[in-house]
Amino acid sequence: MISGIPITHFLIVSTLMFFIGIYGFLTRRNLITMLMAIELILNSVNINFVVFNKYLYPDQMQGHFFALFIVAIAAAEASVAIALIINIYRRFTSIEVEDVDEMKY
Amino acid sequence: MNYLYTIWIPLIPLLVFIFTGLFGGRFKPLISGLIGTMGLLLTFILSLLTAWNFFFVNGISGEAYPVIIAAKTTWLQLTDHLKIDLGVMLDPISVMMLVVITTVSLMIHIYSLGYMKGERGFERFYAFLSLFTFSMLGLVVATNIFQMYIFWELVGVSSYLLIGFYYERPTAVAASKKAFIVTRFADLGFLIGILLLSFYTKTFDFAELTNPQSPVFAGITSVSFMGLSVITWAMLLIFMGGAGKSAMFPLHIWLPDAMEGPTPVSALIHAATMVVAGVYLVARMFPVYIVHTPDALTVIAWVGGFTSLFAAVIACTQFDIKRVLAYSTLSQIGYMMLALGVSGSGGEHGLGYMASMFHLFTHAMFKALLFLGAGSIIHAVHSNYLNDMGGLRKFLPVTHLTFLVACLAISGIPPFAGFFSKDEILVAAWQHNKVLFSIEYLVAGLTAFYMFRLYFGIFWNKTPHYHHTPHESPLTMTVPLVFLAIGSAFTGFIPFGRFVSADLRPFESEMHLNIALPSVLIAMAGISLAYVLYKKESPVVARIITAMGSFYRVVYNKFYIDEVYLFIAKRIMFNLVSRPIAWFDRHIVDGTMNRIAWLISVTSEKIKGIQSGQLQHYALAFVSGALILALIVLHNLS
Repeated sequence: MISGIPITHFLIVSTLMFFIGIYGFLTRRNLITMLMAIELILNSVNINFVVFNKYLYPDQMQGHFFALFIVAIAAAEASVAIALIINIYRRFTSIEVEDVDEMKY
Repeated sequence: MNYLYTIWIPLIPLLVFIFTGLFGGRFKPLISGLIGTMGLLLTFILSLLTAWNFFFVNGISGEAYPVIIAAKTTWLQLTDHLKIDLGVMLDPISVMMLVVITTVSLMIHIYSLGYMKGERGFERFYAFLSLFTFSMLGLVVATNIFQMYIFWELVGVSSYLLIGFYYERPTAVAASKKAFIVTRFADLGFLIGILLLSFYTKTFDFAELTNPQSPVFAGITSVSFMGLSVITWAMLLIFMGGAGKSAMFPLHIWLPDAMEGPTPVSALIHAATMVVAGVYLVARMFPVYIVHTPDALTVIAWVGGFTSLFAAVIACTQFDIKRVLAYSTLSQIGYMMLALGVSGSGGEHGLGYMASMFHLFTHAMFKALLFLGAGSIIHAVHSNYLNDMGGLRKFLPVTHLTFLVACLAISGIPPFAGFFSKDEILVAAWQHNKVLFSIEYLVAGLTAFYMFRLYFGIFWNKTPHYHHTPHESPLTMTVPLVFLAIGSAFTGFIPFGRFVSADLRPFESEMHLNIALPSVLIAMAGISLAYVLYKKESPVVARIITAMGSFYRVVYNKFYIDEVYLFIAKRIMFNLVSRPIAWFDRHIVDGTMNRIAWLISVTSEKIKGIQSGQLQHYALAFVSGALILALIVLHNLS
């Protein structure tokens, strides 16, 4: 329980982050930017986990652990994604998603 | 007596066929030929042994020859009662046919060793010959009509393969197709006949069908269709199959063209064995014909009589020697059909039946001999045409003598074989129908005339200029000639009535001098006429031809029967039936399918843009879908 700050404030922040992420993912064509947008989405979820844990079940730890797992997996995912992006760049000399269309009909 | 070994009679040629067909290419061609000949020699010996056991060792039990089922196995069980067997049935006519087929086939196997030497596809030829022999033997020993039908089609296939043996020649290909299609058309009738018969009698077995006391016909005689009882229809349709295979008018058109095949094949298939399958079929079903459908027998007699006259007239005008022989085959088979048609049953009344089988037997000998002789002549002068021949008696002494024997035999000059069998047929015709008798009497004269026209034209007459001197054929070809000549000369003395008769009971047939004498006289007249006209080149021939005018032209063109068929097929069938069907197929059946395919392809062309492959588009759709769902849920909750 953090004194003086109601749960809704946290949730508003996380919701904003989530939709900023969604917006970025849908509108950007640059792979790196899209990756960053995905990180935003993940972290908004992280905030929710921690906050709900803290406010609803303060004597339990599951939410915290979940957040930690997500951070770890996000790191792994980012490294794999960056590796893919580098390879794509080597092949197409571009990281715009629209240029990667060899498998299209 | 155990006859189980008889199953090897058809099986040996089958094994030889499989072996030479699969592995014949691995050895020298001659090896295949020798394997085939050896296999057939074995079959021949087995057949003779069977005949010996059947007629002399076992012989008559009681008053009649027994009908022995030597082997039988159920092949298809259709219903509880209706089943199709495969087996071996021995009775006088099937045993006689075994002897005829294996004798002629053996001679042809030996003859072909010389005749076909160095031909491309020598081993293929022998493989096909074995296949044919297998099918023909399977046909004659059939225990039921369906087995007969199976082997009937098999002989049709082997005949097709052998006519088209020289498949590089377009004429041979056309002839083989013609033979196959015409006989297939006739076999359609045969099949319908079998189905009708088995539908009402509930059996395929000859043993039940040909037993006059058999109750199986109780249901069928009362049913009628278009004024004729169903059994008459069935038996007429079965006869149609027989008429197709035996080349009776109007289904005869394939046989003269079938002469495109190698000459030994013409001798074996299109003279001695396969074409008499129709006669054999009618003889096999004879008890049914005589008891239940005497009308159908009358039809058979008239078809046979007409064909024999018709073919004999055409034979007088043809120049291709093999074609003359082909038409004479038609004519002689006409004789056999007629003899069956005029036959009664039992003792002297069954004379026609016996005479038909007798003629089949002797005809196989002398017609095979004639064809093999013709082969020997063609081998020597490299031409089929009478105009390219003449004076060959000096060059081909053995062929000359054997050919003469065959000509005398077919003309019915005593004491050669044809005289005896033809005499019996004439007697049978005389007792039954005077019109048919007079036709046959005339045909006997014509036969003698055209055969001796051929004989004098080939061996006497003027000698044309040969590019190289014709020489007598090798021993492998002359030995069968001599053997068959002996057969043609002496088989007439066999007292056939003691072995073969309509009711299996042996009887003695007598000479009828009042018929035999005139028939010999008319044959002599025919021969004399041929002697006068063709012994030396004679200007009279041309004058007679001019005098006959358009009649000669019509006969020379075989009464334009082929043209009539072509007209019916091309103008009527193709235009009125085939073309609308083709249109329906192309536009309605195919059209429906094509429309459906077209519709699908157009639709997919239009909507394929949805699947852009852009992840962000999908994500947008997903997010908006999720949002909408969330809104709906919220709306419902509040």
